[in-house]
Amino acid sequence: MRIVFKTGYMQDIHPWKDRYQLVLYLILLTVVAAAPWWLDEFYLGELTNVLIWAIAGLGLMILTGHTGQVSLGHAAFLAFGCYANVALIEAGVPFLLAFPLAGILTGIAGVTVAIPALRLHGIYLAIFTMALSILMDDIIVLSEPITGGVAGKYVGGVEIFGYLVDRWGTPDQFFWLVLTVAVLVTLGYINLLRAPLGRSFIAVRDSEVSAQAMGIDIARTKMISFALSCAVTGWAGALMGLFAGAFNNETFSVLISIQLLMMIVIGGLGSIHGAFLGAIVIGFLPQFLSISKEYAGALFGGNTVAIPGLEFGIFGMILIAFILFEPMGIYGRWLKIRTWFELFPFYRKDMFKRQKSYLKTERLR
Amino acid sequence: MDNAQLLISGLANGCVYGLIALGFVLIYKATEAVNFAQGDFMMLGAFVTIGLTNTEYMGLPFWLALPLSLGIMGALGYLLDRLIIRRLFGESQTAVVILTIALGFVIRFAAGLIWGHEPQTLQNPLAGREVRFGGLVLGMEDVAVIVVTILLTWGLYVFFNRTKLGLGMQGASQNQLAAYYMGVPVKRVQGFIWALAGVVAGIAGILFAAKGAVDPTTGLLGIKAFAAAVIGGFGSLPGALTGGLIVGVIEPFASRYIAAGYSQIAPYALLLAVLIFRPNGLFSQVRVKKV
Repeated sequence: MRIVFKTGYMQDIHPWKDRYQLVLYLILLTVVAAAPWWLDEFYLGELTNVLIWAIAGLGLMILTGHTGQVSLGHAAFLAFGCYANVALIEAGVPFLLAFPLAGILTGIAGVTVAIPALRLHGIYLAIFTMALSILMDDIIVLSEPITGGVAGKYVGGVEIFGYLVDRWGTPDQFFWLVLTVAVLVTLGYINLLRAPLGRSFIAVRDSEVSAQAMGIDIARTKMISFALSCAVTGWAGALMGLFAGAFNNETFSVLISIQLLMMIVIGGLGSIHGAFLGAIVIGFLPQFLSISKEYAGALFGGNTVAIPGLEFGIFGMILIAFILFEPMGIYGRWLKIRTWFELFPFYRKDMFKRQKSYLKTERLR
Repeated sequence: MDNAQLLISGLANGCVYGLIALGFVLIYKATEAVNFAQGDFMMLGAFVTIGLTNTEYMGLPFWLALPLSLGIMGALGYLLDRLIIRRLFGESQTAVVILTIALGFVIRFAAGLIWGHEPQTLQNPLAGREVRFGGLVLGMEDVAVIVVTILLTWGLYVFFNRTKLGLGMQGASQNQLAAYYMGVPVKRVQGFIWALAGVVAGIAGILFAAKGAVDPTTGLLGIKAFAAAVIGGFGSLPGALTGGLIVGVIEPFASRYIAAGYSQIAPYALLLAVLIFRPNGLFSQVRVKKV
């Protein structure tokens, strides 16, 4: 085990533990950035998709993983970001300006939503955001002049510094665009967690009462959390729109919201790694299923008919298994494995055991 | 006359929403968890009854299949608590929420595998008969829905407010540890309430299947029932029924009097309004804690 001896206060909030860890992450980044050279076009597209999901997951992670506000409606903000981006581009704003603006606009939309939502706790907030996501579907249909309604919108490539970046025409460039956004968002997220703001998010999540006692303005913190979360989600939505090329009111249905929440739970709530790991699961599950179906079909004799709902069924089962056996998600499992190796003879089974707690009502406060 | 007809059919629809909402409220009242799979439970109840009754499946007589399928639903609810929910004892509400959403996916998938994805109706003795009051026409199924819903709500209300077990459940929901010290068998109470919620979902499913066709996605109706439960105030049984009726009545009137695109957002718009202005619902339970 590598032990870092801390000799200064700043080391406590250092973004990485030591140089060794930093080098590891840089190697990972290089390998991923070189993906266009070692992956074929299909899997490059899949990887791009995974990265976009990861950005969306990071957005939701700020709100749900770090501030403890469950949102079942982030597809609404994905849609908002996507349509804002496209509308701005169509209005003649260059992409490099339209893209950040789309995120900022989504953030503002998030704050508008957060103001009434601030009074709601736990389950009520989940239902509120879920209703929002359902409403968004109809709002998109109703605001047809901007959104194209049921017929939807089509977006071609965008121009960055004179280069045409297009999902189909230049998948390499599009991948690098997505990767750049993902890296920037991740760096911002790491720094947010070091900053007082990020710490106050975690304080609000763990106990609102003690956070208040320490002088944190809960309403303000939740509002900022909503704004940041929605802004990041908006960027993910804008990229999703570019990735899909064509989209309409059904692209960002309430199922996407639910999928997004489940994704960060599978990955591991409250960790940046979790958003990426969850995105990998979500991104590759369909491929994995179709491959294993073919394999099973070859094994048991040519029965490869599509079973409707199979994907969501399997997905649900994986999720149930995770919540029962590994509430900390894939990242939690990875931590446990790593700790086991690091502490080899001294690892104890109950090291990560949760404290038992009993339920007290939230209903009558 | 036209409006009265709309009102009546809206009320009958609303009762189904109210019944699903009743399931939410039951579980919420007793365990402070929200079962997002309640709508899918209802769908499952409908399909179990169809599987027992319809001639192309087992073809049992309706009045024999009825208690049988309710028993199955109750057992399923109990098993669900016993095998899965109980392990989450003491964990955050979010875990239960996500778990039940996932469970909904699994139930939908399983129902699709067993009974297929075609819409089906329950072959029941009430089908085709109707009652007339003056100029109003009301199907026998609708009458059954309304009567059963009112009886069930009343029965559960009495159960929660008058009987020892019901009061114990309320205690268990407010503070598990304290209730346990006072001699409430918290775990057994929780198992019982999930079984009860299964039975209520079964009743809702049977009534729904008698009124119209069901397919595996029918469970998504549960989202509307959510609106009903929230409008009425999660945690109040008469509130759930009222919320269901409000949602049920709003729908036909909205589609009749409001422009086409706007009508379907009415229940959700109402839900948002209620959450914003009265976050605890119309029949909120904000009073002094008893435990």
